Amino acid sequence: MSFFPHLLLAVLEGAVAAATLALTALGLSLVFGVMRVVNVAHGEFYMLGAMVAWWLSQLVPAHPLLGFLLALIGAPLAVGAVAFATERLVLRRIGYDPEATIVATIGLMFLIQQLALSVFGADAKPVNAPFTYRIVFPWFGYSGYKLFVVAASAVLLLCVWWVMSRTRFGLIMRVTQFDRETATAFGIPVGRVYSAVFVAGAAIVAIAAVLLVPIQQAHYLMGLDPLLMSFIVVIIGGLGSLKGSVIAALAIGLLGGIVSVFFSPTFAAIIATLLVAFILVIRPQGFFGAPAR
Amino acid sequence: MKGDGARIALLHGAVLALLFLAQFVAGDYVQLSLTRIMVLAIYAMGYNLLYGYTGLLSLGHAMFFATGLYVAAIGTTRIGLGVPEVFLLAIAIGALVSLAIGGLALRASGVAFMIVTLMFSQAAFLTILYFGEYTRGDEGIVIADSIRRFGFLGMTVDLASATLRYNLALALLAIAMGVCLAIVRSPLGHVLIAIRENESRATMLGYDVTRYKLFAVVVSGTLSATAGAAYALMFAYAGSTLASIQYSIHPLLWTLLGGAATVLGPLAGTAVMYAVVDIASGFTTANLLAVGVVLILLVLFFRKGLLGTVRQRWLPWLP
Repeated sequence: MSFFPHLLLAVLEGAVAAATLALTALGLSLVFGVMRVVNVAHGEFYMLGAMVAWWLSQLVPAHPLLGFLLALIGAPLAVGAVAFATERLVLRRIGYDPEATIVATIGLMFLIQQLALSVFGADAKPVNAPFTYRIVFPWFGYSGYKLFVVAASAVLLLCVWWVMSRTRFGLIMRVTQFDRETATAFGIPVGRVYSAVFVAGAAIVAIAAVLLVPIQQAHYLMGLDPLLMSFIVVIIGGLGSLKGSVIAALAIGLLGGIVSVFFSPTFAAIIATLLVAFILVIRPQGFFGAPAR
Repeated sequence: MKGDGARIALLHGAVLALLFLAQFVAGDYVQLSLTRIMVLAIYAMGYNLLYGYTGLLSLGHAMFFATGLYVAAIGTTRIGLGVPEVFLLAIAIGALVSLAIGGLALRASGVAFMIVTLMFSQAAFLTILYFGEYTRGDEGIVIADSIRRFGFLGMTVDLASATLRYNLALALLAIAMGVCLAIVRSPLGHVLIAIRENESRATMLGYDVTRYKLFAVVVSGTLSATAGAAYALMFAYAGSTLASIQYSIHPLLWTLLGGAATVLGPLAGTAVMYAVVDIASGFTTANLLAVGVVLILLVLFFRKGLLGTVRQRWLPWLP
């Protein structure tokens, strides 16, 4: 294969990787941005979403599209319910203390992982894509579903952006993010906003899981990778900046897609994690985040 | 304060004496478990120095533990160093690694510090997997019994002997406990606690906060590496699982359970959690479930941990 087709393939793979990153990081970024707490169980919410998608898809074996549409409704509801319970029973009681939240969500991470292992078993579960259209380039064929994922993630990102910047609820969220005390003084029910944001973050990552599980596979340990990748994206983009997260996801995804053509995945992962650590060391507020107030 | 010295020495001496006497009544299995608990408690004590006293939450201590572990395992099996030399080497390299990581990670603070340590630790874990040719990945390195039998000061030491291993672990624990007590009760320790309580005030009082924090990271990391080296040499095994995120979380859990910022807390926490997992694994394989549930319950209802509660209720002088 000559240079141009090779580049095209790398860019396509990069676009899919960028979409994957943006989708998984979006929920974490939202929760961190508004609530200023790190949810370590974020990756397990993703895994739960994928598991629900698998479970629904094998309930309706008639057509994968039916299972996919069911999962698109069922997974965010189920994962959102888990997140709601977590927020009410744990996070609210510890007053969203950043350190205690990290410890508690680490506990939740182990809890969900082990429950998923006992309920669903240890084997990887493939899920069929809702459609199997193949785009045929002159040099190679490419999965149409993967491109659909790219488009869908763009739509989802636009939706979140629209809600955040153009609706009343988005305004309330931004006010809460900016100054919790003042928001309370103006009669904003901060507790309910936190609930909603935490549930929304979980629901978004569950949708991401439904979209992505056909090109991955559902497995009870699948949560760690998206968690670390989301950390990377959210940190490089600047803790709490949605725009930064999206730009970081695009940059890292495209770069990663191209680099993975040349290096082993483990090596690429080492480089990526070290890079993040150093970026945080040099610029603790990331590239688009405001310094901690 | 002055009168406390005697009862503190008495209490900690009594705990060590009890552990010494335990070997005469314990069966083989309990003895092995106690050996493991003591070595892991050194790891937790190191962690506690940073988290409990200085207030820095690290999510990457497994990299320090693994440093000791792999220096010991690779040093003995690949390079052919003797056990005493490799143990000292592991401590030295542990100190260097924690100095380097501490110097970098301390530029970040708060949540960023936690994530930086997590990232460094994950990079270390991936590096161990990447060089699987030397580290043998998650299959791990097994140290042969012939290597673990060596002459030292004219005696033959055999680390496969359960009794000897027990007393060595106890001696190391006593040293670690001594180090912790000395630091915590010194003016230096009070500065660390001051940093935990109010960093800006400590800065304003003229303390070079970053240097004190770096000191805490180095002592903490070195103790962790020491525990790792002892673990590899005593139990003849080093595997990548022991470098995973899970092993960064364990000392946090043990410290929280036993009581952060108490010298005996990590030992108590390690022992209780070891027993809980041991009992749980009798009827379920999901022992991480116990870890998860205990973490959440601790944060919700038992923030001070075992000895923290004891200190609050009955023994206000407990260090």
